[in-house]
Amino acid sequence: MKAAILRFPGTNCEFDTNYALKRLGFETQIVWHKEEKLPKCDIVVIPGGFSYGDYLRSGAIARFSPIMKAVEAYAKKGGYVLGICNGFQILTEANLLPGALKRNTNLHFISKFQHIKVASNKNRFLSKCKVGEILYVPVAHADGNYFIDEEGLDDLIRNDQILVQYCDKNGEFFDLNGSVNYIAGICNKEKNVFGLMPHPERAIEEVLGSVDGNKMLEGFLAC
Amino acid sequence: MKAIVNIYLKEGVLDPQGKATKHALESLGFKNVQDVRIGKQIVLDLDIEDKEEAYKEVEQMAQTLLANTVIEDYNIEIVQ
Repeated sequence: MKAAILRFPGTNCEFDTNYALKRLGFETQIVWHKEEKLPKCDIVVIPGGFSYGDYLRSGAIARFSPIMKAVEAYAKKGGYVLGICNGFQILTEANLLPGALKRNTNLHFISKFQHIKVASNKNRFLSKCKVGEILYVPVAHADGNYFIDEEGLDDLIRNDQILVQYCDKNGEFFDLNGSVNYIAGICNKEKNVFGLMPHPERAIEEVLGSVDGNKMLEGFLAC
Repeated sequence: MKAIVNIYLKEGVLDPQGKATKHALESLGFKNVQDVRIGKQIVLDLDIEDKEEAYKEVEQMAQTLLANTVIEDYNIEIVQ
């Protein structure tokens, strides 16, 4: 299982992501954004951070980096792509995922452990999780307020594209940042492109406070 | 030629910064503020003489990069 982890100027989660994936048994390679070709891989991971300092809009400039053309072609051919936090923002800016991520309603940078509830497991990413399962994973973002118009939301629901939603420890939906329908992560219609604001790669060892991230990332091991 | 692009969140898309600023204005005693929308302004210096050509090119820039049309509206002003 080979994972290509992208690195833009301002990316800061590439080594955590590398560590987490290696621990699970992935072969990994960090790929600089100026590359025009992807290495041979089974999944592309766009990690978190602040690509291009979040200038203009989070992910707006990274989306035009040379490597993203290759990622778009890879995704169109059905290749698996996972965007975490800034990676999710980049994927929406690149139109590989629907909707957009706005400033959090309370205008704060929210950095804490957060409960999320699995909305669908009929996809590779969350194939190891149960629907309704509550996971405990860190979030760290200023622009995590997911927006999509009503028609778009209907599509997401109809096609089972909502992956995870913010909730409290009892599983009651929780309005963390203003996201439409408490959405924390989605996938595309074809279910090969995934994006989420929480950081599974930061919840992989007991010492970190949770190991729930492993369960999520492991889903890709069989791809 | 100079172009000014104003970008705002679309009507119906909640503007958290605008809302917070409105509250601040109210608490300062400005009672007549009905709504506050905060946007950004991008000023471009262009090496183009023709106004129409400039407008077309800036519109393309706005569509591709400057605005995210999922959540934002923009308007373009071409100034000499």
